[in-house]
Amino acid sequence: MEEHDIICTGCPKGCQVTIKTEGDKITDIYGYECPTGKEYAINEFKNPTRILPTTVKVEDGEFPLVPVKTAAPIPKSDLIKAMNFIAEKTVKAPIEIGDILIENILNTGVDVVATRNIKKESEV
Amino acid sequence: MTKHKMVVVGAGPAGLAAALEASKNGIDDIIILERDKYLGGILPQCIHNGFGLEYFGEELTGPEYADRFMRDIDQAGIEVLTETMVLNINQDKLITALNKTKGVLKIKAETIILAMGCRERTRENIQIPGDRPAGILSAGTAQRYTNIEGFIPGKEVMILGSGDIGLIMARRMKLEGADVKAVLEIMPFSSGLVRNKVQCLDDFDIPLKLQHTITRIEGKKRLKRVEISKVDKDFNPIKGTQKWINCDTLLLSVGLIPENELSKAMNLKLHPATGGVYVNENRETELKGVYACGNVLHVHDLVDWVSEEAEIAGRSAAEYLNKNQEKRDLPIKITPNKNLTYTVPQKIEYKFKDKKFIKIYLRVEKPMENVKIVFSHNEKSMLSYDKKIVMPGEMVTVNLPVALIKKNMEEIKLSIVEKVGEKNGRT
Repeated sequence: MEEHDIICTGCPKGCQVTIKTEGDKITDIYGYECPTGKEYAINEFKNPTRILPTTVKVEDGEFPLVPVKTAAPIPKSDLIKAMNFIAEKTVKAPIEIGDILIENILNTGVDVVATRNIKKESEV
Repeated sequence: MTKHKMVVVGAGPAGLAAALEASKNGIDDIIILERDKYLGGILPQCIHNGFGLEYFGEELTGPEYADRFMRDIDQAGIEVLTETMVLNINQDKLITALNKTKGVLKIKAETIILAMGCRERTRENIQIPGDRPAGILSAGTAQRYTNIEGFIPGKEVMILGSGDIGLIMARRMKLEGADVKAVLEIMPFSSGLVRNKVQCLDDFDIPLKLQHTITRIEGKKRLKRVEISKVDKDFNPIKGTQKWINCDTLLLSVGLIPENELSKAMNLKLHPATGGVYVNENRETELKGVYACGNVLHVHDLVDWVSEEAEIAGRSAAEYLNKNQEKRDLPIKITPNKNLTYTVPQKIEYKFKDKKFIKIYLRVEKPMENVKIVFSHNEKSMLSYDKKIVMPGEMVTVNLPVALIKKNMEEIKLSIVEKVGEKNGRT
């Protein structure tokens, strides 16, 4: 039997929810004070995911970087791998918000998209 | 000298929302003055997600949140002057500004929106003793370097202060390959949002050391190490708890100060708890026709509330210009009573017209659970709201229905009290 402590981020209270498991099966769950806490803890235990916001290098842009994010949450365990992958990438200005800069990162099915408009340096 | 109906000082989230709302309310002669090269204030460097849940009902990053307003400003045809620093404003609403190409500008305004935002407290503000090497930055400066300019400020990082910017930068530096050794917090609780504590520190096993501070800085040219100490309940370092930690970078996230030099130039008095000017329910200052909103008025934890507050200011300024306002016979003071550090606004001065509620923003002194927020007049309760939890780091907003406000009222007090007979936070 294993115990996992998860802090719910649903509200400022931050309930510490404990999940007891045997193998993949949840045998007990307690410590939450509302349904959000229970649901959050189960999702967080089964498949913790995060949106990854970071930057990508830009050529010929008004700024040297364009901020980006994964268009949907990706597995938490892939965050560092995804950072290393993104670090190798350079894109060319102009860039518009929502432009897909990396498709299907690490085969997660999720694209990396621009979150800021970047003009060409010569057009500023 | 030029003349404008409305001059907005600052093109951050507050300035943009105020200008836009005034424009929607029929004001066609607005100019925004911004000292940076681009619009959006601090938002473009806040590349993380978590913005807009309250205001847009969806989760956006900082640059995306700013872009929504920038597009609308553009579409509304509102004039914007960037790289323009306002140097002075006098009590006749005469503005002196400096622009890179136009030189000194004199602008006479009928209304002014003060939206200058805030700035970060520095090492000098908190007086950490020791050497003065390179490598000590405010968290926001490090954020700008990392997210906009394209420099990583260091490799071995210590962070002082667990406010949201400190937590966000802990994750950001870690993701960019730095070794983030710890985040120190002098208080017994983190002052940032729970979500940020979990997703920025716990996700990456970055330790949060509560009731700790930095007591010495060492390094000749570059920072070499810092001495950390545990503190007692009065925040004094406890002898014998010192420990040296090697690092080349120290980021400070130790509070924000509303940037009110221009307000002071207009002789506006500052509130000791907010650090901003005093305002009525319209976010109008003691000088009629001059409004303040956003972080220059009081430091907000969510940009969504900044936008909302700025809209109140913009709408009220439009009413002022359209001469569509009438004062009450008696102004009502709004006074923070038990367990509150402040309320915004501090008074109610105008007749309500079609308003149904007055929105009151407040901040609590300490974390408390199972509480009531009570409005009272002459020691008698008028209305109360139940709250499961309140924290100093999360601003609370409550609505005061105007139907409860009587003609002869002079003061309404606000308190936070623990509910009797139920489990409480023992804080």
